Amino acid sequence: MITLLDLFSIAAISAGTFFFFAGTVGLLRFPDSLTRLHALTKADNLGLGLVALGLIPRADSALSALKLIVIWVLVLLSGGSTSQLIGRALRRGRR
Amino acid sequence: MSPLPLLDVVLATLVIGVAIFTITARELFASVVGYVAYGLLLAFVWVRLYAPDVALTEAAVGSGVTGVLLITAGKRLGALRNAAQEAEPGFAFKLLTGVLAAFVASALGAIILMLPDPPPSLAPEAAAAADGAGAGLGNPITAVLMSYRSLDTMLEKVVLILAVVGVWSVGADEAWGNAPAPLRQQEPYAPMVFLAQMLAPVGALIAIHIFWTGANAPGGAFQGGALLAAMWMVTMMARLTDPPRIDTQWLRLALVAGPAVFLISGLAGAVVAGAFFAYPPGLAKPIILFIEAFMVLSIAAALPMLVAGPPSERPD
Repeated sequence: MITLLDLFSIAAISAGTFFFFAGTVGLLRFPDSLTRLHALTKADNLGLGLVALGLIPRADSALSALKLIVIWVLVLLSGGSTSQLIGRALRRGRR
Repeated sequence: MSPLPLLDVVLATLVIGVAIFTITARELFASVVGYVAYGLLLAFVWVRLYAPDVALTEAAVGSGVTGVLLITAGKRLGALRNAAQEAEPGFAFKLLTGVLAAFVASALGAIILMLPDPPPSLAPEAAAAADGAGAGLGNPITAVLMSYRSLDTMLEKVVLILAVVGVWSVGADEAWGNAPAPLRQQEPYAPMVFLAQMLAPVGALIAIHIFWTGANAPGGAFQGGALLAAMWMVTMMARLTDPPRIDTQWLRLALVAGPAVFLISGLAGAVVAGAFFAYPPGLAKPIILFIEAFMVLSIAAALPMLVAGPPSERPD
């Protein structure tokens, strides 16, 4: 039987998958590196966030739910920082 | 039919595709990026083969640390390339290289295809030995590494030290004792500094957790040590710290601590428990964790020193 929590999981993970898909399409189709970077952040930040959110009700314990959130926050941190580094490298290359 | 076998086929195809890209990429940097992606995909393959310990090692060492090492090496090669332009290898040489590589690959493939069925395996014997002597460790991998195969594990760490000695000895005579060149020449860059400041404490905590949990769950000294090494490298890339002088006492002590403690415990085992590298029953788990703690230290010191390279000629 499908409970409300299951419905929530399905909705969140589907939305996350959509953002991953959209980010990938953007990565492949956008014309230059800066816009491709923009597309990539949607997959990292929103996509992974929604997938993690959808997996939380399915976690075995509160600790593993917390681990899912920590993974998302770490990816946010590293994704944001590397985007800055790539962006700076691009700006330098243009000059 | 469940979708998992289908996903496995997709994964295997991806691994082969990325491997071909890595070999055929014309640009060095693209090739390195391909190699890092290849390592990450391989980590997923290990997960699918129910070997999370190997997956962790592959992700940390095979992809992470090796990736940094290759990028750094590529940068240094780039500076040298103009000097060595005229030494373009001839067609015959290229052909010979290709034929030799094809020969090695087909020999390996032939061996794998000709394996008897079922393939010979030491696994049952190792599992039995680990159960007997491995001593209250919940993770059979750690039990095998630290008990059944302890000499191999110890020698692995010695190889790591030899590699560091090899890298150091490439430096010029006058440079001996100096610090390796900083990992980045530029001024500290705010986002990089932010990343290092936020990530390093969390990463160090996770590294210690992976080492500690390795006694009972996937993880262990090598994975934890590699993660700790990565955190040190991140702080060095942000120029929060610079590589230490290679004649510093603490650095050298940290490098030899793991194998030294391992060897001393092994010799003590000969006296106390009756065999080289045997542990007294009941005490095995604390002793193994004690040895592993020092191995984490050695790995965390050795890997960044391999990336930092030989001592630099101008001390700064």
